[in-house]
Amino acid sequence: MLEKEIKFLEDSFKKYYFDHFDLIHVPERTSEREFGFQKFNFGMTRHISLKDDKELHLLLIKNIPSDVYCSNAYYSFPNLPMKEKDWKEADLIFDIDSKDLHLDCRKIHSITKCNNCNHISNLTLNCRNCNSSKLEIKSLPCNDCIGASKNEVIKLSKILTEDFGIDKNDIKVYFSGNEGFHVYVYNSQFQILGSRERSELVDYIMFKGIIPETFGMKKIKPNRSLFPDFADKGWKGRFSKEIFGSKSKRPKIISDLISNGYTNFQKNLEILSNKIGVQIDPNVTMDIHRIFRLPGSLNSKSGLTKVFCNDLDKFDAYTESCFLNDNSVEITANCPIEFKLKNKKFGPYDNEKVTVPTYAAAYMICKNLATIS
Amino acid sequence: MITLGKDEIAKYPFLADAGQYLKDKGFSLQQFGTDPDLKLSVDKAFSRVLTAADGKIYKSDLIDGEASKDYVLEREVFSFLLAIVLLKLTGMTTLIKRFALAEARRAEKYLEKDLANITDESKKELAIRIIDDLFSIQIKKQDDFFIIPVSNYLTHSVNFHEREWKLINRHVENGFVFLTSHETVRLIRKELGNYISSKIMNAKTPGMISGFEEPVKKLITLSKKFVTNPVIMGEYPPCIKHAIDILEKGENLPHSGRFMLATFLLARNQSVDQIAPLFKNAPDYNEKITLYQLNHLAGTSGSGTHYACPSCEKLKTQNLCFAIPECNNIFNPLQFGKK
Repeated sequence: MLEKEIKFLEDSFKKYYFDHFDLIHVPERTSEREFGFQKFNFGMTRHISLKDDKELHLLLIKNIPSDVYCSNAYYSFPNLPMKEKDWKEADLIFDIDSKDLHLDCRKIHSITKCNNCNHISNLTLNCRNCNSSKLEIKSLPCNDCIGASKNEVIKLSKILTEDFGIDKNDIKVYFSGNEGFHVYVYNSQFQILGSRERSELVDYIMFKGIIPETFGMKKIKPNRSLFPDFADKGWKGRFSKEIFGSKSKRPKIISDLISNGYTNFQKNLEILSNKIGVQIDPNVTMDIHRIFRLPGSLNSKSGLTKVFCNDLDKFDAYTESCFLNDNSVEITANCPIEFKLKNKKFGPYDNEKVTVPTYAAAYMICKNLATIS
Repeated sequence: MITLGKDEIAKYPFLADAGQYLKDKGFSLQQFGTDPDLKLSVDKAFSRVLTAADGKIYKSDLIDGEASKDYVLEREVFSFLLAIVLLKLTGMTTLIKRFALAEARRAEKYLEKDLANITDESKKELAIRIIDDLFSIQIKKQDDFFIIPVSNYLTHSVNFHEREWKLINRHVENGFVFLTSHETVRLIRKELGNYISSKIMNAKTPGMISGFEEPVKKLITLSKKFVTNPVIMGEYPPCIKHAIDILEKGENLPHSGRFMLATFLLARNQSVDQIAPLFKNAPDYNEKITLYQLNHLAGTSGSGTHYACPSCEKLKTQNLCFAIPECNNIFNPLQFGKK
């Protein structure tokens, strides 16, 4: 990103931070958290400790960061180097990103940018200009992507409450500001768990590492009575609903499963994990020292805000997270795909000069698809 | 501290205060070395250690967890306490570890029986209390199952490598994992072993006692057999080969994959300068950043932490595992090809 674009984004971000202190708060137990931030074209500054909202707002105005982060962990000394922080516990966090869902619509709204000659085109394997294979894929997610991500959040919440006994009020869902959702779990029995234990929770949630025996299938002499039923709790019940479809089909399907054999059953389980398992980013949940995007802050991949979703069902991501101002800006846009923000359509633009509201200009500039004219 | 009945001391002798027990019975260690009747207990202790070293569980003289006569019970406890004295005198950690594990497995059997005891509620309660006191696991009974909080379960089960212990292969409901009495006790086997071995490690080593020299000498000779020298082969495991392949093709290897590759090669004594060129083909390659990150992992810069290669289990979760039959029984890619 060049100086002119950085200046534009910094001005827009500064105005947002100044006008929307009401949206940006430090989390509870502030003094035990580690904060960090990035500036445009700069590395990460972390190991920061803050006392209250005032100190946070001062940091935002002073530094005009491109991204702001806060730890899910609680430390005795959050501002010391990692080894000396004295880790106490960490909230359970989840990242659901539509890019991990392998949706068909993605092909339609993904763009490739060549690392060699900077040529931008619709999704392709080799650059259409210089034939290089070193391409960067960028996506402008659509409402279907958000819908599918919401569905994953719903699946996740169900497991968290029904299987893990977590109180609904302790689960908070945020739109990440780009392509998905961040889910936080507070005050749970899992606070003190380390990374290895959390990776077991991940496998449970993603439906990974299952052995056929768990669902009644044995290598030798499988027994019909061991197969799960609709009324079963947890994965057994969910498995039954998915595999049997209806109660009347159950006996026949069990016979089929048994006659197809153990190895086939195992293969089916692996396929099933993409379908009924929740598609979360395992690395995020396993990380107990992560600094995670701060709610209310802007996402430099889009210029959109990470916002709390009070009613996930009705939540309209590309309207409710768009807080940058409407002032017109002239840009040169090279964005071969149409996108929608605040219910307004933009693009496609073929390397042309256009005048658009600041929020749309920032969106394209953040994705490296436009420059300031 | 839990108050134990006579039978309980014989079943769970590691819970007793050893020194106090001998004193209460009016014996000194020296007497065991000289008195021919008491010496039988030393022989029993010796065979108890031998059985453990052989990977077997010592068969006690208890019948259904109860002693037929008082002296049988005393001999049970004495032989355990004397076995510890013998182990301390040999000073061999491998023997202590083997003994602790075998004793843990012996106690496991009694715990399991006590947990499942439906006629004597007090036996079940005691087993539940022992598990809570020693390992902070709160067990509740629900129908035919023992239920424990998921977080409690995980802190213990992560040490198991068998897939049946993975949380996904367990019945989980409302924050609890459902287990049978056998599984509940199996869950704490390692900790029980650790508890017993740390109790032995922390016990004071007495001076050599006359009459103990012979068995101690024999045990030292025996324990030397357990030292093995692993042979390291040059072959890379499939996960590492896959990562190298991806990089060679110029495709993007996720951060977790780069972490795995770098920590693996560093652990195989490759230098940062040898490893860095591997990443040259990555779409976002930046020499300065690569060197910085590699030095960070190697512990030569930053906090000085030397990062370890992730376990097979972790790599499976991260979709980086491409196991082949030769991977059987390894828990970390670094063990691949070691015989």
